Amino acid sequence: MDTGKMDFMIIDALKEIGNIGSGNAATALASMLSTRISMNVPKVKVIEFEKVSTLLGGEEELIAGIYLKLMKDIEGSIMFILDMESALNLVKILLGKNAQLEDEISVSALLEVGNIIASSYVNALSKLTGFKISVSVPAIAIDMAGAILSVPAIEFGLVSDRALFIETVFKQEENLVKGNLLLLPDINSFEKMLLRLGVL
Amino acid sequence: MTVIKVGMADLKVIEAPGILTTLGLGSCVGIALYDHEKKIAGLAHAMLPFSNEVKNNENKAKFVDSGIKLLIEKMLEKGASKEHIVAKIVGGSQMFSYNMELSILKIGERNILATKKVLKDEGIRIISEDIGGNYGRTIQFNSQDGSVLVKTIGHGVKII
Repeated sequence: MDTGKMDFMIIDALKEIGNIGSGNAATALASMLSTRISMNVPKVKVIEFEKVSTLLGGEEELIAGIYLKLMKDIEGSIMFILDMESALNLVKILLGKNAQLEDEISVSALLEVGNIIASSYVNALSKLTGFKISVSVPAIAIDMAGAILSVPAIEFGLVSDRALFIETVFKQEENLVKGNLLLLPDINSFEKMLLRLGVL
Repeated sequence: MTVIKVGMADLKVIEAPGILTTLGLGSCVGIALYDHEKKIAGLAHAMLPFSNEVKNNENKAKFVDSGIKLLIEKMLEKGASKEHIVAKIVGGSQMFSYNMELSILKIGERNILATKKVLKDEGIRIISEDIGGNYGRTIQFNSQDGSVLVKTIGHGVKII
């Protein structure tokens, strides 16, 4: 099968993970905050890992990344990524409109909520594939996109491998949060996942 | 002046004038080698310490050991002499901190140790460095004078 058609089928199968995952995430946020959270239809892309930083605005773009490792049936990692505007809006939703990104509590809040959101996607993936997946404790970094992405790249030797990228815009009143979810299964897990989803 | 980008797991060699740049170094290490006499500059952006620790190791620039050797080779091809080459090293930070002691997360530190060992074995002196910490760095390596400009977000700018 040629890669183009292949990618199309993969995206189709993975869209479901995006839809269910983002839905779960919005529900979790709404119930945690007792507020209404709406979202758009997630955009799902399969891209080469090295193009991820371009998609985020370049290697030097300041981003917030919440990083978790995936273990058991699927190995790899998952990262919830926010641009600075979205990170600030998310902090405002969580802590009120005077919140500042520089406050330590804001960083903890982002870490916690990033953890919840990333886990929502992991649950969706687990449900759709029937795989048992556990996640590590989350960690957060706010810095250059290239530097943050170097961590999963090194861990899985990922430079030219493919990553699943899910972009969802969450909305609470006037606050828009563009959340980018990067799912990076290692090569074996990616194949296992596609087999289970009926693509391969 | 021409600016040539060195990507992750990549290396380039130029003769003056010109600038070699690599953006958003995290746990990776940027190795800048410079021949003062001939004004030949080489920059590698290596991801992992040793090529023999990994099965998939065709890309020499990905590893500190094979990267440094290839970089020296390419500089010699352009007319550099090994006794005039000095090194500056940048990067090797730990972007995420965990409470757990996972060796992979100390990869920045391991990259730095590997870089120092390989350069020592090659007989190349490290004349300055900006390493460690928990933040990213962008570098601009000027082939005219061998200066390395290090930029960060929130941790200042310096020339080493």
